[in-house]
Amino acid sequence: MANLLLKDVEKAYGEVKVLKDINLDIKTGELIVFVGPSGCGKSTLLRMIAGLEKITGGDFTIDGDRMNDVPPAQRGIAMVFQSYALYPHMTVRDNMAFALKIAKKSQAEIDKAIDKAARILQLTPYLDRLPKALSGGQRQRVAIGRAIVRDPKVYLFDEPLSNLDAALRVATRIEIAQLKEAMPNSTMIYVTHDQVEAMTLASRIVVLAGGGIAQVGTPLELYERPENEFVAQFIGSPSMNLLPGEIVETGAMTVVKLDNGGIARATIPTKAADMGLKVKVGVRPEDLLATDGEAVFTGEVEITEALGEVTILYFKRQGDAAQVIAKLPGIHSELRRKTVKLGTDPKKVHLFANGRSLLYR
Amino acid sequence: MNPAIQAVLTVAIGVGGCVLYFWLSNLFLDKVLYPPRGPNAGRNINRANMIRPWLFLLPAMIALGLYLAYPVFATFWLSLHKDVGATKQFVGLDNYRQMMTEGKFWESMRNNMLWLIVVPAMATAFGLLAAQLTDRLKWGNFAKSMIFMPMAISFVGASVIWKLIYDSRPAGQEQIGILNAVYVWMTGNDPQQWLQIPFWNNLFLMVVLVWIQAGFAMVILSAALRGIPEETIEAAILDGAGPFQIFFKIKVPQIMPTIVVVWTTITITVLKVFDIVLAMTNGQWETQVLANYMYDKFFRAFDVGVGSAAAMIIMLLVTPILVWNVHNARKEMR
Repeated sequence: MANLLLKDVEKAYGEVKVLKDINLDIKTGELIVFVGPSGCGKSTLLRMIAGLEKITGGDFTIDGDRMNDVPPAQRGIAMVFQSYALYPHMTVRDNMAFALKIAKKSQAEIDKAIDKAARILQLTPYLDRLPKALSGGQRQRVAIGRAIVRDPKVYLFDEPLSNLDAALRVATRIEIAQLKEAMPNSTMIYVTHDQVEAMTLASRIVVLAGGGIAQVGTPLELYERPENEFVAQFIGSPSMNLLPGEIVETGAMTVVKLDNGGIARATIPTKAADMGLKVKVGVRPEDLLATDGEAVFTGEVEITEALGEVTILYFKRQGDAAQVIAKLPGIHSELRRKTVKLGTDPKKVHLFANGRSLLYR
Repeated sequence: MNPAIQAVLTVAIGVGGCVLYFWLSNLFLDKVLYPPRGPNAGRNINRANMIRPWLFLLPAMIALGLYLAYPVFATFWLSLHKDVGATKQFVGLDNYRQMMTEGKFWESMRNNMLWLIVVPAMATAFGLLAAQLTDRLKWGNFAKSMIFMPMAISFVGASVIWKLIYDSRPAGQEQIGILNAVYVWMTGNDPQQWLQIPFWNNLFLMVVLVWIQAGFAMVILSAALRGIPEETIEAAILDGAGPFQIFFKIKVPQIMPTIVVVWTTITITVLKVFDIVLAMTNGQWETQVLANYMYDKFFRAFDVGVGSAAAMIIMLLVTPILVWNVHNARKEMR
């Protein structure tokens, strides 16, 4: 049981504020994922929650108790590091027992906790090995085991899968999801730069950018209703196309005349006053379809990437506009160097004015 | 000739000669012996590359053979012989037997063992302490260079400094030795002849070597401490470990291989200790050590046989530690 509350939390190094206005309410049992580009402060925020970095402003509470100045070990948290941070001179068993020994638990209690964790993580045969005799995936499991035995209120994961190879990453990701399911009352915070991890694991995602929170929401909320251009482009791969244009019709259905000559219709309501507003039309590559009718975009295909299930089309740049990318189902290698007209479903179109979505006005 | 010019000339000829040797021999190999030209160019390049390392190693190998390997065998031979008039006579292990009956030899053995236990332990412990404590200080680097400074002083120079610290003037006179000055001021007793108090004077001599070697230990251990992954320390903090637990249960075990190398390296220095004893007490008042004992026999009593036997004993004691040290150092590098 643990509710975490961050209120106006900030982190400053001297004069430079790397994080500011962080407001988050994390409920018991949630798995919150922090994502963001490198340098956005997601790891720093996690380390502030852990107590490894000082919180320089605002309040951080767990279940109502202010934690700003509580030493890390007394916050009821456990952390899994990117590099695993196993104690290289201790066996798997001693690695897991270390925190319990420090807490002066009885040997019987320690044995019981280790046996249980080892069974959950299938580490029983390796308990007497040193970390160097384990594979990357096994080391990762020991690191998780070290967190489990302490039975913490909050689990923190700092990019735990980024040192694993692709196949193992998928397997371990599923293991973490199952682990979370087996412990419905524990709160988890997970930092990653991998969107797939974020989308598959999170109950809610926190997108961090430019020292603040860009948006908080469930994975599908972020995908379907991004609050701003940054989140729109950050979530989804390849990232969302943004096409500049001007509103020419308002009402329940908004029509935008694009600078490239195309027409985009969106089921986003606008007021009469929005007439002539400069906007950016956002369309995800997977929402673009070849069409004979009204086109959002017409252009020559420069490169095709046929992945089997889908084909990704990279269009020739028009002037200094950003490259348009489309993702069509099936195999379409023949489209290379052809001119293609693309349309879309008005329900899938996003509108941004000054970087903010018109949905959230 | 002015000695300064002589020195400059020696350096010039020595270094220049070495450079000239490497350059000319390499040139000979590439241009004359196996030129990378003609029908056998490829074969010639391979052969030249096979010979080149040996060419460059040759001077070092000759020097080592002449000044290290040969003396070992010659000393061993000498230790089995006795001077009879102007000739050498084979006497088997007589020299060793004679040495075993001498009280001074056993005193040296006992003192060497004392040195062996105390100095590496103290120097490593102080070095580790200094490395850990200076690491987080703003002026830590300044402190480190101060602690490292004695490394630059020769053993004899250090002995002279410490002899002054232990200096003693008759009671009533101004004490110039700081130890006696403090001692007299604190207790009001008569000044002590520190270097003449049997058994304890050994410890006063050891202080000199600890003072010198702690800097060495500190530098190596400080680098090792910095090599510890920061995450393991953070993980320990999250696990609830205090500063002492982190130091003794997380940091020290992780740098144990380095501690062993430092310890054994100092041990080897200790086994060869000579200058400090020679300069401070010359083995009087029960402070004799093996190396000084050997020097006494060899160059003062001119008993070449027994002197060589003592040298062999020192080598016998050093070799296993040396082998272990090299083994550990290699293991750590891997």
